[in-house]
Amino acid sequence: MKIRDIARILDAEIVVDAGNLDLDVNCACGSDLMSDVMAYVKENVVLLTGLVNPQVVRTAEMMDIKVVVFVRGKNLNQTITDLAKDKGITILTTKHPMFIACGKLYSAGLTGRGVWD
Amino acid sequence: MSDSIINLSYNIPANDFTFAGEASSNVKKMLSQLGINPMVIKRAAIAMYEAEINAVIHGGGGIADIQISPEKIFICIKDEGPGIPDVEVAMQEGYSTAPEYIREMGFGAGMGLPNIKRYADELQIDTEVGKGTTVKITININ
Repeated sequence: MKIRDIARILDAEIVVDAGNLDLDVNCACGSDLMSDVMAYVKENVVLLTGLVNPQVVRTAEMMDIKVVVFVRGKNLNQTITDLAKDKGITILTTKHPMFIACGKLYSAGLTGRGVWD
Repeated sequence: MSDSIINLSYNIPANDFTFAGEASSNVKKMLSQLGINPMVIKRAAIAMYEAEINAVIHGGGGIADIQISPEKIFICIKDEGPGIPDVEVAMQEGYSTAPEYIREMGFGAGMGLPNIKRYADELQIDTEVGKGTTVKITININ
């Protein structure tokens, strides 16, 4: 599933376009706990979170995650978006809550599992 | 990669959650430039990032010293914080002494040290209550 498809399925706004909207992702991680995100390594993953702070982008960077979706219509400050631009990470925001957002992506075929879990 | 050893050193400021992770980011960038296996880089980056966050949260900041040789990546993060009274307990998943505002940042769920152990080939924690903690992480390159 391409990042642009994720944006369409989630009715998401593309807040930061890192130029990778045609990148394929094959699994998703939905979590507000960054250490949990780092405990289960996946490849080609989209991170969905309701947590809003720069450490979300840092975590994505360490995990080579190229797209983050902020759920529940969260407003992002410029520190987050600037950091994402600097690190080449696309940022989407959707009004859907976490459960619905994950369900929509899973129903659309994003069902891959992590490689180390 | 040549046979030379690369030494890097970074200051980790206390309680700066915007800057936190910058040292790990720089090391990750350097490892990429050296053409090291991406999975090895990811393990090193995650382990160092967790240790860096720990130094920010618990240690009042600290110093990160990194040595990259052809065989291994050695990461040493030293703080002069309160120390860890019982390392065995601190290594248990879910055990945390982090305050509520740290949990609101997405950390402090007791996964930091277990995650470091998960990704490190060797982990040594030297700690003394009232003096500080030094976390030594070794990641083998091959």
